[in-house]
Amino acid sequence: MAIVSVQHLSKQFGSFSAVNDLSFTVEAGDVYGFLGQNGAGKSTTIRMLMTLIAPTAGSIKVFDMPLATHRKEILQQIGAVIEKPDVYKYLSAYDNLRLFARLSGLQLSRKQLMDQLEMVGLAERGYDTVRTFSQGMKQRLGIAIALVHNPQLIVLDEPTNGLDPQGIADIRNLILRLSREWKKTVIVSSHLLSEIEQIATRVLIIDKGKKIVEGSAADLFDPAQTLVELTTTDSSFAWNSLQQSQWAGVLKEQRGAQIILQLHRNDIPELHKALVQMQIGVISLQLKHSLEDYFLQVTAGKQHVDAFSN
Amino acid sequence: MWTLFQIELYKIFRRPRTYIAFAAITALIGVVQLGLKVDGKEYAEFVMADFNSSFAVDGNILNGYFICYVVLQLLLVHVPLLIALIAADMISGEANMGTLRVLMTKPISRWEFILAKFSASAVYTILLLIWVAIQALLLSMLIFGTDDMFIMKSSYAVVIKADDVFWRYAGAFCFAALAMTTVAALGFLLSLFADNSIGPIVATMSVIIVSTILSTMSIPLFNAIKPYLFTSHMITWKEFFDLKVNDMNEAIPGTIQNPQKLWNSAMVLMAHIIVFVGAAGIIFKRKDVLS
Repeated sequence: MAIVSVQHLSKQFGSFSAVNDLSFTVEAGDVYGFLGQNGAGKSTTIRMLMTLIAPTAGSIKVFDMPLATHRKEILQQIGAVIEKPDVYKYLSAYDNLRLFARLSGLQLSRKQLMDQLEMVGLAERGYDTVRTFSQGMKQRLGIAIALVHNPQLIVLDEPTNGLDPQGIADIRNLILRLSREWKKTVIVSSHLLSEIEQIATRVLIIDKGKKIVEGSAADLFDPAQTLVELTTTDSSFAWNSLQQSQWAGVLKEQRGAQIILQLHRNDIPELHKALVQMQIGVISLQLKHSLEDYFLQVTAGKQHVDAFSN
Repeated sequence: MWTLFQIELYKIFRRPRTYIAFAAITALIGVVQLGLKVDGKEYAEFVMADFNSSFAVDGNILNGYFICYVVLQLLLVHVPLLIALIAADMISGEANMGTLRVLMTKPISRWEFILAKFSASAVYTILLLIWVAIQALLLSMLIFGTDDMFIMKSSYAVVIKADDVFWRYAGAFCFAALAMTTVAALGFLLSLFADNSIGPIVATMSVIIVSTILSTMSIPLFNAIKPYLFTSHMITWKEFFDLKVNDMNEAIPGTIQNPQKLWNSAMVLMAHIIVFVGAAGIIFKRKDVLS
């Protein structure tokens, strides 16, 4: 069942086209990764989905209802954190949560509110004003607010921005719990491929407001297409040695001191052994996850495909 | 809508900024009362200088009713700024904090949101004026006592019997509440156009200052627009202290000389409120929340 169906969505800001003829579908139970570089149009699309901005063209259906005519009914079933988790800094976490619960039409007991804060690890600081909170704590409070009315669909726009590694891991685990234990549908946007890779069941990549690719994460993050960045003490020697070896076919390009290779993830240990045997001085060998590299991969010779085959 | 209104009031009165206005009014009125308590006689002699040769005035001229009138004339110039501090921050402040974005993802209609926010700022305005009334009238009555009220107009003086004054103040404060709600509506409308509150506050005060200048300048070019400027009607509360007179030129207790003027001004102010809030609703309904 399609929870979200977006058809030919566009948004113009003057002469600038932020989103251009974008269509995609989010199915029930998906953790839908929404990927794109900064300025790609992710936030604009999510803002249109949350009715913060009006589309110039196109239509959005959520829970099989047109968003334009059923805004209130739809928003009752959505919880969202858009960009930063901004709340009232002069109020406590508890008061913020109570206030936003009431806006969603709920009059929750103190215990219910504290349970919600407990879920995001803020119960002990529940009565402290938010201005004393760290960025990670604010983010967790933002998520508690988004979940307080038990929505079916959760929209998280760049939820790990500004978080430390532990905070990022916490958010990731929370998203997985929301999907697996509580059977929620989650749309999560990010410019970090590595983040989405670990949690998404389906992925949409957009660039300059247009769809680049949409499909299941398993297909999109094909282990046979893994990009690896090799840094050596002498990159010219390493490049020449690899070209004359059985690894010539996986060489992609040389970027200064780095060499980019594309190979199956399972072949990386063998590559490592071969580098040692060829007496190449390896400084580092790491997986590449940046969108820039990924775009190079998915857009090579095939711009703006409609859908990735499942 | 009711829940939203309660939440807006809750937010207003949980912000420290809200109490600046109440503290400022307490300080301003306190200073005036202290000054008149200490040097009031000299002030009264100065005020009565032109009349002493024509009238023999006895009794307590410097009573609570008179003090309140003096305070109101002084304060009603400054209160719009205090109103603008909150009203012009209602939307822009939310945009600045980023909470407008969060609020608009909740299942509330934009019209409800605008009406609830404006209603809350109107309540703040009324409470501020009630505070002014408590400080300027009730406290002055306690400190200076009560007696007949003596007011100097531009070309004549009015004496109002002590038992005929209180209801006039009740009416004047209600009218002032309407005038200040108009200021709140203007500030509220302007708060839609910025992501910080400084711009709308300055813009609100600028509109009031320019309109007041136009209202007071006696130039034929501006005379045609004066009746339509809300600032021309903001001081109509003084009409409550102008009485009808009989054939003997004696004031008739319980009367107002020109009630039609009060009614007309009230209607003009109401029309401004409806236009400002209506425009705010229409603009906000179509506004992209980008903050």
